[in-house]
Amino acid sequence: MRTTTATDRRRIEALLRRLTGDEKHAPSAHSTLDVLQVLYERVLDVDPEHPDDPDRDRFLLSKGHGPAAYYAVLAARGFFPEHWLDDLAGPDSPLGHHPDRLLVPGVEIGSGSLGHGLGLGVGIALGLRAQGLLRPRIFVLLGDAELDEGSNHEAVAYAGATGLASITAIVVDNRSATHGWPGGLASRFTVNGWTGVTVDGRDQDALAAALTGHDNRRPHVVVAVTEPKE
Amino acid sequence: MRETFIDTTSAILTEEPRTALVLADISAAAFAPAARRHPDRVLNVGIREQLMIGVAGGLALTGLRPIVHSYATFLVDRAYEQIKLDLDHQGVGAVLVSVGASYDGASMGRTHMSPQDVALLDTLGGWTVHVPGHAGEVTGPLRTAVAGDGAVYLRLSTQTNDRARPGDGSLAVVRPGGAGAPLVVAVGPVLDEVLAAVAGLDVTVAYTNRPRPFDTVGLRALAGTEVVLVEPYLAGTSSRLVDAALADRPHRLLSLGVGREDLHRYGSAADHARWHGLDAAGLRHSISAFLDPA
Repeated sequence: MRTTTATDRRRIEALLRRLTGDEKHAPSAHSTLDVLQVLYERVLDVDPEHPDDPDRDRFLLSKGHGPAAYYAVLAARGFFPEHWLDDLAGPDSPLGHHPDRLLVPGVEIGSGSLGHGLGLGVGIALGLRAQGLLRPRIFVLLGDAELDEGSNHEAVAYAGATGLASITAIVVDNRSATHGWPGGLASRFTVNGWTGVTVDGRDQDALAAALTGHDNRRPHVVVAVTEPKE
Repeated sequence: MRETFIDTTSAILTEEPRTALVLADISAAAFAPAARRHPDRVLNVGIREQLMIGVAGGLALTGLRPIVHSYATFLVDRAYEQIKLDLDHQGVGAVLVSVGASYDGASMGRTHMSPQDVALLDTLGGWTVHVPGHAGEVTGPLRTAVAGDGAVYLRLSTQTNDRARPGDGSLAVVRPGGAGAPLVVAVGPVLDEVLAAVAGLDVTVAYTNRPRPFDTVGLRALAGTEVVLVEPYLAGTSSRLVDAALADRPHRLLSLGVGREDLHRYGSAADHARWHGLDAAGLRHSISAFLDPA
């Protein structure tokens, strides 16, 4: 784990407001904010000066919807200039309502259509392993409603069956799945051979522990529970 | 063709550590020796075609060159959005290799047919498409594709011509007609039926096994007023390219290929060729009517 100085939360919140122009909603309206902040400040080994380092950790925002918190955190970490935040989804803006990896340094995949990130993440894990790059971890952030897409379950079953230990899935659960997940979200993973932990998605210390709680033998899932979607 | 693909790919995996093969159970047994030699680069994800393409996209993002293989209907039709987003949108390529072209799997019914695969890839940009007409036309394009980085589709079939015409994919005259004679373009495995169909007619027959990018320069050099296009997949798939290439000339175009209708019939590939008018008699009938309207 890389040790970093915690970025001032107020700075990220200011960047977020700059991005959304929204003074009414508290930053907590962004369900992924704490997870992203913990990942980029305390967990991921990524370097804005070398965003293409083959030995870097990978963070894949599979749930490409509402990437404001993602952009704010990336800007705060210095992956791109802060003034990019001022023209979200403008005709010449590299930042859209769904991120595009060909436009934004530090963005590993273009996403938005739900259910693509975990499969890509499995492929990245396999590709790194085949090249002897055994240090990097691959973190894939999904939403509880996104898990409705069957493509995720192809990836969950395969990664579990083959013990693809370098993957960590993070499911931000703000209870937005139309039919819910009776029995809990983590069970969908653990029944397939993953390790799993469910934590308060607003508790940064608990998130940091969970996000580094993999056993290096099995893929790992962190379910981050936040307040229900408004 | 499938055996040639398996042998060549197994050799490439040994020669070139940058390559990886992704399978969804189809042909897994044939690749078992390669999988034992290269367990990290021969990846069978089970019957999960969305994951198969997603994995290929991920492999390519790490710098590997993925070869992805299944039945055309599962590889292209079923996983179309993954091809669009997990490959194209991410800015990475792969080598997709299908079997079960059009109605090769006739006895298995419509669920195993894909006459629309090339048309689907045509909705995306920049794909190279190879449609070999003989097993001897597989290795060259496969090796070239694997050595590059682009998006390549290799469409293998059990339909085959009597002999191989490897070439470089540009239009090649197989049977010259007289000056200004109508041009008949045959794509891949339909060539022999086309040659039989036009026996005794004054037409030039030209062949290509690489319909994308279509050899429009060669087409302009060979075409007069009348052009007939015969393709082993959905009828009209390449007609927009032929029309665009000849836009500045008065011309007439007949596009023949597989029809859109689900026939709800089994039988053999030869039966389906006949039902779609792609056997020699059917082609003769269509081409004669076009060239010499009553």
